[in-house]
Amino acid sequence: MNQPSFSRCLLAVALAGGLGLGSLANAQDTIKIGVAGPMTGGYAAFGEQFWRGASQAAEDINAAGGVDGKQIELIKGDDACEPKQATAVANRLLDQDKVAAVVGHFCSSSTIPASEVYADAGVLVITPGSTNPQVTERGLPTVFRMCGRDDQQGPLAADFIVNELKAKKIAVVHDKDTYGQGIADAMRARLKELNADDRVVLYEGLTRGEKDFNALVTKIKAAGADTVYFGGLYNEAGPLLRQLREQGLKVNFLSGDGSLDPAIVTTAGGPQFVEGAYMTSVREARNIASSQEVVKKMKEAGFDPAGFTLYAYAALEAIAASMNGAKTGDGMKLAEWLKSHTVPTVLGPKTWDAKGDLNETSFSLFVWGPDGNYTEMQK
Amino acid sequence: MDWHILAQQLVNGLTLGSIYGLIAIGYTMVYGIVGMINFAHGDVYMVSAYLTAICLAVLFSFGIDSLPFALLATLATTMLITAAYGWTIERVAYRPLRSAPRLAPLISAIGMSLVLQNGVQLSQGAKTQGVPSLIPATLRFGEGNDFVQITLVQLMIIVVSLTSMAALTWLIQRTSLGRQCRATQQDRRMAAILGINTDRIISTVFVIGAAMAAIAGVLVTLNYGSFDFYIGFVTGIKAFTAAVLGGIGSLPGAMLGGLILGLSEALFSGMVNTDYKDVFAFSLLVLVLIFRPTGLLGKPEVEKV
Repeated sequence: MNQPSFSRCLLAVALAGGLGLGSLANAQDTIKIGVAGPMTGGYAAFGEQFWRGASQAAEDINAAGGVDGKQIELIKGDDACEPKQATAVANRLLDQDKVAAVVGHFCSSSTIPASEVYADAGVLVITPGSTNPQVTERGLPTVFRMCGRDDQQGPLAADFIVNELKAKKIAVVHDKDTYGQGIADAMRARLKELNADDRVVLYEGLTRGEKDFNALVTKIKAAGADTVYFGGLYNEAGPLLRQLREQGLKVNFLSGDGSLDPAIVTTAGGPQFVEGAYMTSVREARNIASSQEVVKKMKEAGFDPAGFTLYAYAALEAIAASMNGAKTGDGMKLAEWLKSHTVPTVLGPKTWDAKGDLNETSFSLFVWGPDGNYTEMQK
Repeated sequence: MDWHILAQQLVNGLTLGSIYGLIAIGYTMVYGIVGMINFAHGDVYMVSAYLTAICLAVLFSFGIDSLPFALLATLATTMLITAAYGWTIERVAYRPLRSAPRLAPLISAIGMSLVLQNGVQLSQGAKTQGVPSLIPATLRFGEGNDFVQITLVQLMIIVVSLTSMAALTWLIQRTSLGRQCRATQQDRRMAAILGINTDRIISTVFVIGAAMAAIAGVLVTLNYGSFDFYIGFVTGIKAFTAAVLGGIGSLPGAMLGGLILGLSEALFSGMVNTDYKDVFAFSLLVLVLIFRPTGLLGKPEVEKV
């Protein structure tokens, strides 16, 4: 009886050894990179854009030989746009999955706490979509963004409101979140510079996740506003626009990049409600010459790379380029490399300043047409 | 404040409150009869919003262009399927735990809520879905810019809510089924001894609650046009609050709580500040519970010796 059990023991040891060796070999073959964002919850559409964009980038980079001869393996992290969950996901990606870098997060209110975790561990993180200034203003060396800042975006809207629309009474509405309130405040700061802050007749926050803003709309009507600026995402912008129109308010409506998504036509309940709304955003990535090949490939695969998809693609490209260039996995060295080199991406060549912000970002104004499509306005 | 602004806020509040009330019925009836909070109820309402859109799409693709017929058919189908959801949830998640400690069905309810949310997310996608605005008709009173308006859908919401509330009250107070419900609520074991099939009655209550949530789902989808798999959460919390405010377990209390909650939100938002409307609504709830721990219309629980 002793003999077989001993051999079984040996077998087990051999098996365990084999598994150990296997996983060791696996670790050497791939480089793990986290993709974090709202994969579930009310803003999961943005998370899907991140994941699709990064997945396509990983596929293309791997097909071209990978990073330093190793294949990229993406790890999904779901923060559901909740700050608490974001730090938990960040810790999991670092401790459990041992990622070398991260593409993420989406909501600024998630990116800010999560980036503290990455920066403490010296891991490179590039956000494709968080535009709140605080993301890069805290002096964290390994935090980068692939998009512009709200203190560039908000003023563009303010200039347009004052100079082009010549608004007399402005209602400012936000969603009480870091991004939404941040961009609304940035817009308002510019109004102050233009000596137009006394034209703000209403400044209030609505609650994310709700659908009924009729009480607020009636209040905007009572205040006699001719222009409404909304800082927030399309999930709330759509119903707000619809209820403004349903209550017969023919006001100008402006918003930021969080609302500029084809989904707003759905959340509003039809193109007739969205028609004529103005929105600021980063340049439409699907129209850039350098992105055409990727756009075609993704459309053929059945996914329209709208919104932040190509920004996530570019973020992973930047991570891969820095790893290839710096020949290391050390986040601090990767960050130094990114700050001193020009990276060719699907969005064109990109460079970063010492804070981790892009050197060149150009925001544009878009206007919605009667057919439920938006066009970039010519300056 | 002008009279037309105030009247408009009342219309806004009544519409919102009626919806809270309809969904609150599901919470309050289930609590009344089995003494548990059905956290999956908000998600049943969410499912009904999806069913509404699917039904409308199917009907229109078959070339049915009579809007009243399409709406009635959608309402009937949605109520039927949502009721089936309610029945199944009770059968799968709660009945096996009937004699378990109180905490067990509560956890089971939270689990059911997650199953529904993630199930819908996986099968329908994470994106916000919507139906186009179907009934653009609006009634306006007043001249120029000083008018009060109520859209036809808003009017429908108020009328349908009050009608279904009245029908339900009649059902509980006047029919044999209602008597059995009340008996089961008062003492389940005694009711069983007297020959009432209490399991069937509990199932019926879940079915009724789900059907009411389905009515709310259809109306909300017509009114706001968009929904996603997450809408059950916020609305569910609000409806639950309405049920507690009105006195959980009390049927008219649910409607009263819903209307008070909706009106207080709209009026506070309109007169004071939108940022703090929820703070105000919940403070109201706290105040009511301090002075009437069982809610406005709830009966004080008598300790059984």
